[in-house]
Amino acid sequence: MLDPTTPLEGVSDRLASPPLPVELIGLYYETGGKRVINDLNATIDTRRITVIMGPNGAGKSILLRLMHGLIAPTKGEILWAGRRMDRAMAYRQAMVFQRPVLLRRSVAANVSHALGLHGIERGKRAICVDEALKLAGLEDHASTPARVLSGGEQQRLCLARALSLDPDVLFLDEPTSSLDPASTLAIERLLLDAQRRGIKVILVTHDVGQARRLAHDVMFLHHGRVIEHQDAENFFEDTHSEGARAFLSGGLVL
Amino acid sequence: MTDFIDAFRTALGLIVGLNPDLVEILILSIKVSLTAVAIASLLGFAIGGALAVYRFPGRGAVSAVLSALMGLPPVVAGLIVYLLLSNVGPLGVLQLLYTPTAMIIAQVILVTPIIGALTRQACQDLLEEYDEQLRSLGASSSAIVVTLLWDGRYRLITAVLAGFGRAIAEVGAVMIVGGNIDHVTRTMTTAIALETSKGNIALALALGIVLLTIALAVNASLIWVQRLANRLAYA
Repeated sequence: MLDPTTPLEGVSDRLASPPLPVELIGLYYETGGKRVINDLNATIDTRRITVIMGPNGAGKSILLRLMHGLIAPTKGEILWAGRRMDRAMAYRQAMVFQRPVLLRRSVAANVSHALGLHGIERGKRAICVDEALKLAGLEDHASTPARVLSGGEQQRLCLARALSLDPDVLFLDEPTSSLDPASTLAIERLLLDAQRRGIKVILVTHDVGQARRLAHDVMFLHHGRVIEHQDAENFFEDTHSEGARAFLSGGLVL
Repeated sequence: MTDFIDAFRTALGLIVGLNPDLVEILILSIKVSLTAVAIASLLGFAIGGALAVYRFPGRGAVSAVLSALMGLPPVVAGLIVYLLLSNVGPLGVLQLLYTPTAMIIAQVILVTPIIGALTRQACQDLLEEYDEQLRSLGASSSAIVVTLLWDGRYRLITAVLAGFGRAIAEVGAVMIVGGNIDHVTRTMTTAIALETSKGNIALALALGIVLLTIALAVNASLIWVQRLANRLAYA
């Protein structure tokens, strides 16, 4: 059994300094004539893990992409410690997608490619790559083609690649939705460790158990709005909104 | 029929005996087509990669024209280059008509659209999968092009092989701009055309067999590259 309190090997000891609070102000996002994010307002002001939950189509993935700057809101703005998103801010963020996106290269090359994009000198990359692979427990697979790894290994590599960039903010879009329990545990352990290093983790998940294990605060989205946002403890014990209550009790939220 | 069998026997003799005429023609053909394909590859990779990644007005039209030019008849490519290089043409002063350089230029025009269009398709397919991840990693557009070209390398190899197959087998373009001059611009295809019309079936047949062998080898490598890519999960 993995003990989440022991420090992980291969971890850099730099402490991240995420630009907080994140303020989401009057956000709208429309695509294909559909309003996916509808006057969304929220403030995230904790360095611990924030979990975004909600039924399919609630706009969770879109919200992550908006925060990461991959798409621009139709209306409204997102402020990081009072600043708008720019290139420098984008470099301080990393994201892990629901389906692992890996280049058609070796495991090590996937990490060093990302480091190269972040302007890390060629000579320094090898050490970072070693660290990242150790972190993901993939040090024996450095020269394996990344896409022959198992699903769990691929997602671990994606997370290690994101962490190798020393981000201040880490977004994850349902990273364990198609993984087995062991792989899920490995990912969660990496996330708790990232949190300890000061990285602001914002995680979208469908898995109520995972939210209970990781969340400091929970933001519940429904029809493109935040209908509930509070500390995890309160959220799970004393859910205010009917939508969230139905979701938690396993009901179908439409 | 016995004539044909005799011709076939003589043809094999020419090949096995490394007949100097045949070897000279073979070397020139390969030199011209390889050079043309090398140049067309550089152009095609750049054009195809850029078309897949950069957004600009008229991008769709350029892509459509590039795809349409894949079917450009070699004689038309030859005619265009002929007009450019003829004494009264804009590039006439270079005195390149009826030289191997002219043939290379014509084949570059013929092959670049093939490699360019296949490259664009390969990059576009990859981009669909990579786009968000690469932008999340902070990649600039030029960095994305480079990434796509390298990750599409196996498909680019097949594009290059397809281009080479086209170049080595075409007769129209090299005939018009090369002129089929003995020892200077005579390639396998133009020689086959000439020798057949002269009734020298043996040499034509020998060249035909060599050409067919090259075509088979190119296709065999295509399949091999594809298999290798699949095995490494790089396809």
